[in-house]
Amino acid sequence: MNLKKFIPSGRTLVIGIPYTWLALFFMAPFALVLKISFSEAEIAIPPYTDVFRYVDDTLSVVLNIGNYIFLTEDDLYIAAYWGSVKIAFFSTLFCLLLGYPMAYAMARADEKTRNILLLLVLLPSWTSFLIRIYAWIGILKNNGLINNLLMGMGIIDQPIIMLNTNFAVYIGIVYAYLPFMVLPLYANLIKMDISLVEAASDLGAPPWKTFLKITLPLSKGGVIAGSMLVFIPVVGEFVIPDLLGGPETLMIGKVLWQEFFNNRDWPIASALAIVMLALLSIPIAWFHRYQAKEMEGES
Amino acid sequence: MKKRSFSNVMLWVGLIFLYLPMLILVIYSFNESRLVTVWAGFSTKWYAELFRDDQIMSAVWMSLRIAFATSCMAVALGTIASFVMVRFHRFPGKTAFSSMMTAPLVMPDVITGLSLLLLFVAMAQMIGFPAERGFLTIWIAHVTFCTAYVAVVVSSRLREMDSSIEEAAMDLGATPLKTFFLITLPVIAPSLIAGWLLSFTLSLDDLVIASFVSGPGSTTLPMVVYSSVRLGVTPKINALATLIILTVSIAAFLAWYMAYRKEQRLREEARAEM
Repeated sequence: MNLKKFIPSGRTLVIGIPYTWLALFFMAPFALVLKISFSEAEIAIPPYTDVFRYVDDTLSVVLNIGNYIFLTEDDLYIAAYWGSVKIAFFSTLFCLLLGYPMAYAMARADEKTRNILLLLVLLPSWTSFLIRIYAWIGILKNNGLINNLLMGMGIIDQPIIMLNTNFAVYIGIVYAYLPFMVLPLYANLIKMDISLVEAASDLGAPPWKTFLKITLPLSKGGVIAGSMLVFIPVVGEFVIPDLLGGPETLMIGKVLWQEFFNNRDWPIASALAIVMLALLSIPIAWFHRYQAKEMEGES
Repeated sequence: MKKRSFSNVMLWVGLIFLYLPMLILVIYSFNESRLVTVWAGFSTKWYAELFRDDQIMSAVWMSLRIAFATSCMAVALGTIASFVMVRFHRFPGKTAFSSMMTAPLVMPDVITGLSLLLLFVAMAQMIGFPAERGFLTIWIAHVTFCTAYVAVVVSSRLREMDSSIEEAAMDLGATPLKTFFLITLPVIAPSLIAGWLLSFTLSLDDLVIASFVSGPGSTTLPMVVYSSVRLGVTPKINALATLIILTVSIAAFLAWYMAYRKEQRLREEARAEM
């Protein structure tokens, strides 16, 4: 009879399969990143020293915090973290300012147009991210479309430098991430009880007041989800600063990529990732709280 | 009468902002000149060159294979996971489980890529598997983040579903497994297709994670596009972009049309009954 306890039930199996996969391939790797962030770079395969060493039959743990000290000593890294957070913050704001009215108009449209509009907003994100960023290179270049147009019309006689600036990075981020802002906002606004808005305006509230007091507070969940879906990945963004950014653009995703691929310094790259994770842990927890509620349907 | 409100104007501004750059890409893919910004007459020669480029073509094939295998596995895992999230209210480790379902949605690619590579290196050292990085490691990495996206899509359908039909089936003596395959699965099937397609596009599109976990000899399409884009603008990439945009548009239109037709049919049936 006791044997039965050791045979997993169907329920355990159902939970166990996705659990094991995600624990092994999503959670466990973070422990490894943490471990390697305490090792030293060396010219070997793999290019780092082992944290756990057997010396004379005793296991010794050699934690090297030099990587973290190095991160604080070099201005480049601090500037890159700060630059990433700043760019992510402002591009989230721009996405919200453009995306909120879009989602609002979509949610208020009649049912037939609504579905078409949703499809139109989502469709670009199903094509290639890389190619959509590439499109902006041709538009923003010195001899690109905008400069050619303006010079052709005689408005300017010197090209405006737009590519490889922070301006181009902002354009690229808002362009690429806008659908991720609109989708959760739309999903939230569509569920909203319109009678509350009508009641407020029936009672004589001006539209801006109805918006600030009723619509906006009720859509808080959508605003949080959309903002986190933009902010968190943008902090670690690599492709956009690499292709559209210039020397003034310092973002940590690109620094990490260069440490890993160009300098082959795996321990420093790991330390950079750990600090980034620590920085993002609060936004991720915030997003999780909203998203888990949404997925389980408990509100 | 249509109200010309602020939000409607912004919606049009937003849509033009989203579509104008893609339209420009498409137009210049038919440009005779190598310069992407000067119009020199209509030509389809870049398409011919695209198909003659063996490196791009083999990368396309590689990416399609990975995307296909990824979507199938991610749908299987994601469906089970969303079932667990929606139907099992309490079990040990539920908090950890649900955070593993939501965190991949926002985790920066450089962190996911780096951590998975370190895992594969450590596994190869300890158990000799995976012996080399390539198709298999990219597949594992893609399945891991696509599962979370599938779970979002499927769980929203699962929540809307009337669970009393499942209960009825079980009351009539069907086992939970049978109930799942005969009742639940057919009801949530459209969301499985949506999840499969979403995984397919996500996998096809990934550059950063694949760059970390791939090995020599396993180059995916985004990796080829990235290295050629870094060297400068080339109309061949415009031709590729046009084909991608065309494929996605046709697929999206078909999906919309099928949903539209189904809705019309339902409406007509409802009218006939009245």
